[in-house]
Amino acid sequence: METSPLLEITNISKVYPNGVVANANVDFSLAKGEIHAIVGENGAGKSTLMKMIFGMEEPSEGEMRLNGQKVKFRSPQDAIDSGIGMVHQHFMLVPSLTVVDNMILGMEPTRGFNIHYKEAVRMTRELSARYNLAIDPLARVEDLTVGMKQKVEILKVLIRGARILILDEPTAVLTPQETEELFKQLQALKREGHTIVFISHKLKEVKAICDRITIMRAGKTEGVFETSSVSEREISRLMVGRDVVLKYDKGDRKPGRPVLQARNLIYVNAEAKRVLQDVGFTIREGEILGIAGVEGNGQSELVRALTGSLPGAEGSVTVGGESILGRSIKDIRDRGVSYIPEDRMRQGAAKDASIADNLISMFYRLKAWNRGPLLNRKKIAAFSEAQIERYKIRAKSPEQPIGMLSGGNMQKVVVARECEAAPKLLIAEQPTRGVDVGAAQLIHQRLLEMRAEGCAILLLSADLNEILEVSDSLLVLYDGQFVAYYPDASQVTEETLGFAMLGVQRQSEAEVRRAIHD
Amino acid sequence: MSNFFDILFSTDFAFSVLRVMTPILFAALGALISNKAGIVNIGLEGTMLVAALTGVIVSAYTGSAWIGLLAAIVAGVAIAALLGFFTLKFKTHIILGGIAVNMFASGGTVFILYLVSGDKGASTSLKSATLPSLHIPLLEDIPVLGPILSGHNVLTYVSLACVAGLYYLLAKTPLGLRIRSVGENPQAAQSVGVRVNRVQFISLLISGFFAALGGAYMSMGYLSLFTRDMTAGRGWIGIAAEAVGRSTTIGTFLSSLLFGAADALANALQILKIPAELVGTTPYVVTVIGLIVYAVAEARMKKRKMAKRALK
Repeated sequence: METSPLLEITNISKVYPNGVVANANVDFSLAKGEIHAIVGENGAGKSTLMKMIFGMEEPSEGEMRLNGQKVKFRSPQDAIDSGIGMVHQHFMLVPSLTVVDNMILGMEPTRGFNIHYKEAVRMTRELSARYNLAIDPLARVEDLTVGMKQKVEILKVLIRGARILILDEPTAVLTPQETEELFKQLQALKREGHTIVFISHKLKEVKAICDRITIMRAGKTEGVFETSSVSEREISRLMVGRDVVLKYDKGDRKPGRPVLQARNLIYVNAEAKRVLQDVGFTIREGEILGIAGVEGNGQSELVRALTGSLPGAEGSVTVGGESILGRSIKDIRDRGVSYIPEDRMRQGAAKDASIADNLISMFYRLKAWNRGPLLNRKKIAAFSEAQIERYKIRAKSPEQPIGMLSGGNMQKVVVARECEAAPKLLIAEQPTRGVDVGAAQLIHQRLLEMRAEGCAILLLSADLNEILEVSDSLLVLYDGQFVAYYPDASQVTEETLGFAMLGVQRQSEAEVRRAIHD
Repeated sequence: MSNFFDILFSTDFAFSVLRVMTPILFAALGALISNKAGIVNIGLEGTMLVAALTGVIVSAYTGSAWIGLLAAIVAGVAIAALLGFFTLKFKTHIILGGIAVNMFASGGTVFILYLVSGDKGASTSLKSATLPSLHIPLLEDIPVLGPILSGHNVLTYVSLACVAGLYYLLAKTPLGLRIRSVGENPQAAQSVGVRVNRVQFISLLISGFFAALGGAYMSMGYLSLFTRDMTAGRGWIGIAAEAVGRSTTIGTFLSSLLFGAADALANALQILKIPAELVGTTPYVVTVIGLIVYAVAEARMKKRKMAKRALK
């Protein structure tokens, strides 16, 4: 690896127009013929770095050299022309077309006016034989399994002459068998002289297949290591960490009767992947249960199952003794469940509606808010003004469209609505993602107040600070299973949590089952 | 009643089916190519109307039906280009753009007609030319088939050729592959360097070309003059035919034929003592039935697919 690097990036930065610094003075270098892992938490800046290498984003600063030559990519086409290919996490395939069609799209071999299909099939067969990526060129993509689709994606990149392949979390959607197969293929590609960038959260996989590792955290590189010389624990320690420490004085906790009881929750998705594998837990009155985990380990499915938007989930979920699994969202909410969704733009708020309308979107049906067939506007206005004051929402008037507020203020409106419904159970999914520190603190305080009033709260967050400080007890979700339960979150260090989140360490089943409190 | 069946099973009726089908087929092909590229061109009706008037006026002034046809095509493609310019470049909503084209065409053609001929209803005062009918030697002499297939307006044959041409374009050429992929997954197309906007623009132009041929047929073949709003919903029926044909070229052709038959049937029914208004609803009733059949078939297909998946 002492020879001059194939791709070298020096001091590159990316600042988005909204002021978010995604990459700050990042260095990255890729040696010819290696498999190089980039690891980091969500939001660490891996995707941004890859997007810059692949020409999807232009760097704000810094330079990139390919084979010693300075390069500047303005579009993915530029990157493709320079021999860089990307296998996106979400497949870029046209489902109703055949494998061959997808392979040659945009670079069709022709004979006269026609696509030279014979030639296209021959090219596909040849490539698939050469790289041992067995595929039926004439199969329709929609009929393929996820693993096969990924092979098509890799072949697509190869047929365009890529020598550097970027794979963005390629194993996230694969079954263990498919993952193993993929690794064999990547080894074969390496033997053929290709260079591979492998983005992942899964340290075991990284250890298994990569030569070198670049670790990223909070938009910066934390170091580059030979895989053989660094342990999973060390990687985890460098990946997971927190910067600003919030401290809350929570007071003593006296959990009451159970509110939410989830047992044997199972969900198998359309690709036959077991996304939730028999999980169970209990949340009691006045308790905040945090669920930590790297994104994509089943959190969003768990929340959707609890909030009534995941048909096909099996098991049992009760709130106050009544079953809610498979019931409509309205039924679930009528039983005293509130939900702060992670995506406030799409799910949490109606962007063009006013603050007042958003605030009452849970109550407008109730008689108390109506006057005959009409809404009681006076009452709504008074309520809205009170909430704006209470939650320190910076707005001109309750009639202002919510879409004009900043992210933090918009989130406060959502939190106000969900909390003022006085729920028995509050499900808060990433409640402070992308909001400023002030708003985050206010939201956390409100959650703690709710807890003092006896509300049971389920908190899901990728923010370690938040999950460690706000939760009473903690569960860790990894690959659709709970792998650790900590009855007292204040005793957990970020290091232990990191080990559990990344699957380096797991508790025994009996230890995890304590979360059920039976 | 027996009189009616005599008509229904005559070669004249079969001949009229093709005659009536032609403008619907052109519109349906226009809908097909734009839908394949993922843009819904609902401006077909208006495009046809503009082309119909342009053909009449230009042929009246030049005395040549062919130059009239050429002008009609230019007008239709120009309208499509305008629509593409606004929707692809300035991101106007395509449905709003289509509505604008239709309203502009409906009012604008009457205005121009009045300026040119001094009449707001029809172009009777203009000596416009018509496109010739073709009597095909040999075919003409075959019993039954001859009288049905021979002697149509040249554009009827062109419409059939267009079916073959479009099938070829979509199934066999690079442009066709790009159109299909852009319509289904634009991100995927873009990620391999296909210029999505350009492909959609080209599709719109072809769509306008087909609509223009349909319009020219209305005023220079089906009739020999322009009358106000003479397309009478054929652009819309074309869109329905494309949907009933499940967005395949052959399906679109067959369903256009079906709608043509329904239209011809409405004409034939007029000899019975059924109120003309009721008879006039036939094509629309067929549209509704067609769409219901389509929806039911699709729902069943989905069920079967789900069942297959569950078995796996």
